[in-house]
Amino acid sequence: MAFLNTLPGAVAEGLIWGLLAIGVYISYKVLDIADLTVDGSVCTGACVCAVLIGVGCPVIPAVIVAFLAGAVTGVVTGLLHTALGIPSILAGILTQLMLYSVNLTILGGKSLATIDPRTNRLLLNMSDNPKSIIVMIGIVAAVIIGLWLFFYTEIGLTLKSTGDNADMSRAQGVDVSRNKVIGLAISNGIVALAGAMLAQYKGSANINDGRGAIVIGLAAIFIGLSVSLKIKPNFVVSLIGVTCGGVIYYIVYNFVILLGLKTDFLKMLSAIIVAIFLAVPYLKTTHFQSKKTVPPIVKNTTGGEGDA
Amino acid sequence: MLKITNLQKTFNPGTVNEKVALCGLDLTLADGDFVTVIGGNGAGKSTLLNAIAGVWKPDYGTIELDGIDVTNMPEHKRAKFLGRVFQDPMKGTAPDMEIAENLAIASKRGIKRKFRWGVKKSDRKQYKELLATLELGLENRLSTKVGLLSGGQRQAVTLLMATLNRPKLLLLDEHTAALDPKTASKVLYLTNKIVSENHLTTLMITHNMHDAIEYGNRLIMMHEGEIVVDVSGEEKKKLTIEQLLQMFEVSSGSKFGSDKAILSK
Ligand SMILES: Nc1ncnc2c1ncn2[C@@H]1O[C@H](COP(=O)(O)OP(=O)(O)OP(=O)(O)O)[C@@H](O)[C@H]1O
Ligand SMILES: [Mg+2]
Repeated sequence: MAFLNTLPGAVAEGLIWGLLAIGVYISYKVLDIADLTVDGSVCTGACVCAVLIGVGCPVIPAVIVAFLAGAVTGVVTGLLHTALGIPSILAGILTQLMLYSVNLTILGGKSLATIDPRTNRLLLNMSDNPKSIIVMIGIVAAVIIGLWLFFYTEIGLTLKSTGDNADMSRAQGVDVSRNKVIGLAISNGIVALAGAMLAQYKGSANINDGRGAIVIGLAAIFIGLSVSLKIKPNFVVSLIGVTCGGVIYYIVYNFVILLGLKTDFLKMLSAIIVAIFLAVPYLKTTHFQSKKTVPPIVKNTTGGEGDA
Repeated sequence: MLKITNLQKTFNPGTVNEKVALCGLDLTLADGDFVTVIGGNGAGKSTLLNAIAGVWKPDYGTIELDGIDVTNMPEHKRAKFLGRVFQDPMKGTAPDMEIAENLAIASKRGIKRKFRWGVKKSDRKQYKELLATLELGLENRLSTKVGLLSGGQRQAVTLLMATLNRPKLLLLDEHTAALDPKTASKVLYLTNKIVSENHLTTLMITHNMHDAIEYGNRLIMMHEGEIVVDVSGEEKKKLTIEQLLQMFEVSSGSKFGSDKAILSK
């Protein structure tokens, strides 16, 4: 019963992390970059949104500015990587560290900024979970539709090919460096948007928000894709799957808390989940191959024979 | 069409691994030339093609394409003029994208890409017709991910992508070397067909002396970063493998020893 009571909250917060996971999907899956900026940019989004609302800025502009701030963090990482030749993992770590200072500055040197849901008109808040869920579904849907349209344009296709095969992309006249910067900007913009939603939902932004966010995002991606890729391996289904992955992650998370696991161990749990998902494909190829019969080729993996 | 003057490239200069890959190479191609390139391992053939493609900047010398000095032009900008097929069939296509999407990207090589629908219905029709010319049955698999194709099929698609927007120069770096003999000859047949139908200026590296003699109107042999043999026209038509081997020995000053296996008949 207690579990059912926590369910709406878990779904609402899960959708926020699902949105974050969509951002991570852009860098990790589309661009093939493990971008550690995320831990900083989600906090930037939360801080910008909370502080702007705190000084009387209406919520929608505050959210938009939070998105843009996140996009800028992505540009910084992208330029560190492409213009200065720093490996992408390190570029992300450097930006993340810079953002700790930036976020502290945004918060005015304090570690916390609160937003009162009673005096401010927020898009969502934990005091009203059904509304929060509806708002989050709307935002996630809008983001997925936007990305879907974008990634099927001439420019969007080259963003996909940049991550899929950089050699081929360059040979076809694609500016791979510029595309990486654009992709990281979009990715971190979405992550910061999730941060802005999180701040409203919790009614506060904390300098420590976002620590380990990349791991939660990856967990949501792995959980989501393990299901959605079996249904239909296309972009939109994958993004929906990733969002659901965030929700499933949070439901499990809540369940584990109810079972009495000390909250101190939750980050350990997230890390273990991700480690398992990363390790399984590797172990499969090294330890579990041979002997077993080759599975029959599933028809739908060829992506729909016979075109119009 | 292509004018290369005094091209030099040394890898890892100043280290124990220092390697002079190109030493003052000059090469001029006329419009419509189909040049086959042969030479032993490490002769600098790939290095030459990579220099033309702009994978890195040469240490010295200039590269002109159709009167434009491209020596300092970044790779992705230079792609406007060039069609490229690599030795590795994995390199020329995006495996996780559909055949149609790969072709769509190639169709915009050298053209400013916009926020327009990437693969339109009319495009699919055009791609279907083009794929049909390959005679590999790919015309009904436009939505198939390229990663699911065989090496030969991928190479054929790459060839199509390289020539979809007529390139000023087509660069083929042993593009059939990784294929089984039957598939290789099929891809080579397609290459010859596309090149002659479109009168494409082409540089084709091959390890097969027979192919080098049979295809194209001009043959160059490289050795230690230099062009040591350059035959064209009637002389090339009458060339035999024995003559070619002899030329190699004379120009390189060495017997045709260890390279024999590589410069196969
Ligand atoms: N990126 C690189 N770094 C260092 N050395 C290189 C590099 N690329 C090529 N080389 C060296 O330059 C020389 C010429 O190499 P290149 O690849 O052009 O030979 P090739 O004629 O294409 O030979 P093959 O027939 O084996 O492909 C070789 O000695 C090679 O080791
Ligand atoms: Mg080579």
